[in-house]
Amino acid sequence: MRSADLLSFNLRLLTRQWFRTLMILLATAVGVAAVLLLTGLGEGARRFVLEEFSLLGQDTLIMLPGRKETTGGLPPLTGEGSRDITLADVAALERLSSISLAAPLIAGNAQVVYAGRNREVMTLGTSARFFEIRELTLKQGRSLPLIPLERAEAVCLIGPKAKADLFGSAQALGQWLRIGERRFRVIGIIEDRGQSLGMDVSDQLIIPVASAQQIFNVQGMFRVFLKVRPGSSMQQARSEIIDLMQKRHGGERDVTLITQDALLGAFDDILKLLTLSVGAIAAISLVVAGILIMNITLISVSQRTAEIGLLKALGASSKDIRLLFLSEAMLLALLGALIGIGSGYALLWLGHSLWPQFPVSVPLWALLGALSIALGVAALFAWLPASRAARLPPVEALHGEVGHA
Amino acid sequence: MIRLEQLCKTYHLGGESVHALDHMDLAIAAGDYLSVIGPSGSGKSTLLNMLGLLDTPDSGEYWLEEQQVSLLNEEQRAALRNQRIGFVFQAYHLIDRLNARENIELPLVLNGTPPKLRRPLIDELLQRLGLEKHALHLPHQLSGGQRQRVAIARAVIRKPALLLADEPTGNLDSHSSNEVIELLEELNGEGITLLVVTHDPKIGERAHRRLWMQDGRLTGENLDAESREGRTGRKDRKGSDDAQR
Ligand SMILES: Nc1ncnc2c1ncn2[C@@H]1O[C@H](COP(=O)(O)OP(=O)(O)O)[C@@H](O)[C@H]1O
Ligand SMILES: [Mg+2]
Repeated sequence: MRSADLLSFNLRLLTRQWFRTLMILLATAVGVAAVLLLTGLGEGARRFVLEEFSLLGQDTLIMLPGRKETTGGLPPLTGEGSRDITLADVAALERLSSISLAAPLIAGNAQVVYAGRNREVMTLGTSARFFEIRELTLKQGRSLPLIPLERAEAVCLIGPKAKADLFGSAQALGQWLRIGERRFRVIGIIEDRGQSLGMDVSDQLIIPVASAQQIFNVQGMFRVFLKVRPGSSMQQARSEIIDLMQKRHGGERDVTLITQDALLGAFDDILKLLTLSVGAIAAISLVVAGILIMNITLISVSQRTAEIGLLKALGASSKDIRLLFLSEAMLLALLGALIGIGSGYALLWLGHSLWPQFPVSVPLWALLGALSIALGVAALFAWLPASRAARLPPVEALHGEVGHA
Repeated sequence: MIRLEQLCKTYHLGGESVHALDHMDLAIAAGDYLSVIGPSGSGKSTLLNMLGLLDTPDSGEYWLEEQQVSLLNEEQRAALRNQRIGFVFQAYHLIDRLNARENIELPLVLNGTPPKLRRPLIDELLQRLGLEKHALHLPHQLSGGQRQRVAIARAVIRKPALLLADEPTGNLDSHSSNEVIELLEELNGEGITLLVVTHDPKIGERAHRRLWMQDGRLTGENLDAESREGRTGRKDRKGSDDAQR
């Protein structure tokens, strides 16, 4: 039998029993769409997390006040009951041989006023180093000046969103605005690069760390970002930092160091679980589709007994008959899978247009996997009924059911 | 063309064994017109299915065109059915979702004939059997006689050597019966070997060679005079047949 004839023969069958066809198409499509959707979302979540935390870079450490074991659970986001990390500590850290850059960070919400507009804006106190470590770039103006950490200069940089809120479309560079009780001159506008580490730089103000100490009336650092010098190992840097801090804090080990690996490790379990459940759900839904295909094919074989006998009488071999039923099931699975792929991508696209910040992308393995599982399951489950049809003795098949035509 | 030697087929039904074919010996020459007449259950269909390679004997030998059938595998037998044998059944066995043309086309579709080559063959046959108007009709839109003619067209589309008809008129009124039988006889006149199975002596009598069957055995045989004389001058004989009637 030529493939074109096989195709039209099968299509004739499928369109004639449209309800049955629709059900199988639906089942297969749902299965395949589920695989794409779930893996798409899972992959999106994974990328989201990676993008968030890879901003830190492999060679960056974050130091927090307070001691917490980094194994198990997320590291503490706020320090408590420990000695402050001072600006002098930060300066000393940067002098370590294994550290190339150290940036202090104090953060808080501050009341910001410009020309009568009043906004609460997340304000970061840090140094010029922060821009290097976080790889922030400027749209306009210049970065924080390279001044001693203790000097509170009245300058600030502003994120594009905060700028739009406060200044509208007016010129911001060079303008004076009030943060808390103090006045600051805008010297730069930060390039927008979206969310990072849960902090939206575009919605923030950046000022010298000493100024932030005054505004928020705090001494200790909220965090310290540390970049390991190229050529030094993470391990070496870590122990040098711990030793230094212990010495400076009177023998007390009261800081926590976290790395990207530790952070990502915390998410790893969740992501693994997610992937696992994705696989399980997808597999179940496709196996359900497969069982449906098997049942339908069995029914089809018993309904078409006389036809099988006839086709054999007209010269179809057992192989031809098996091919006929297998290809019918495969055609159904293929059409269903294509519909599933179409609707799966459509839904992901819809989701992406609703939440643009969440990256969705179906990994190629999931696409090919879904397609081949759908076809494989169809072939597997249709094999039994197709072989049963192929084995039917022609005489009995002809007599099995006398067609009404 | 066909030789059966001691062919046996036994069915076991609930402890009872039925000898559907009981040590059957039979030879059929190419171009013959045979009928097998017998009461229901005498083994006629079983014989026809054996001859048509639809069934396999329990014992005995079957030679079809000098080929020992028992040595063929399933695929070879299927190919032989497709090329050399045409079937006509009492219940027509048309596929009801396919129109007349597509039903006739099936043997060509199964052997992989390209559509371009199929078309003229079918057109010619449709015209010959007066079915052009019904080419696109589904079986349920056709009368019994028309359906059987479609079935006959399907049986001969591959120009087989052997045409096997199992009660071809069993579901038809006498007028359609006549038409169908005449069509079969016309095909026989063109050289195709025709075997008609029937329980109706009136139909059976028309064959040149008539076999009576009972309980899986041949109980009698009748040969027309001309047939006994030799199998040449077929045209003439057909003429004399008509004269007799
Ligand atoms: N598949 C079968 N299983 C059991 N018995 C069968 C089968 N086919 C035929 N028979 C029996 O074999 C005998 C001959 O049947 P068959 O050749 O169909 O007779 P006919 O065509 O002359 O009416 C009958 O007694 C029938 O019951
Ligand atoms: Mg019968």
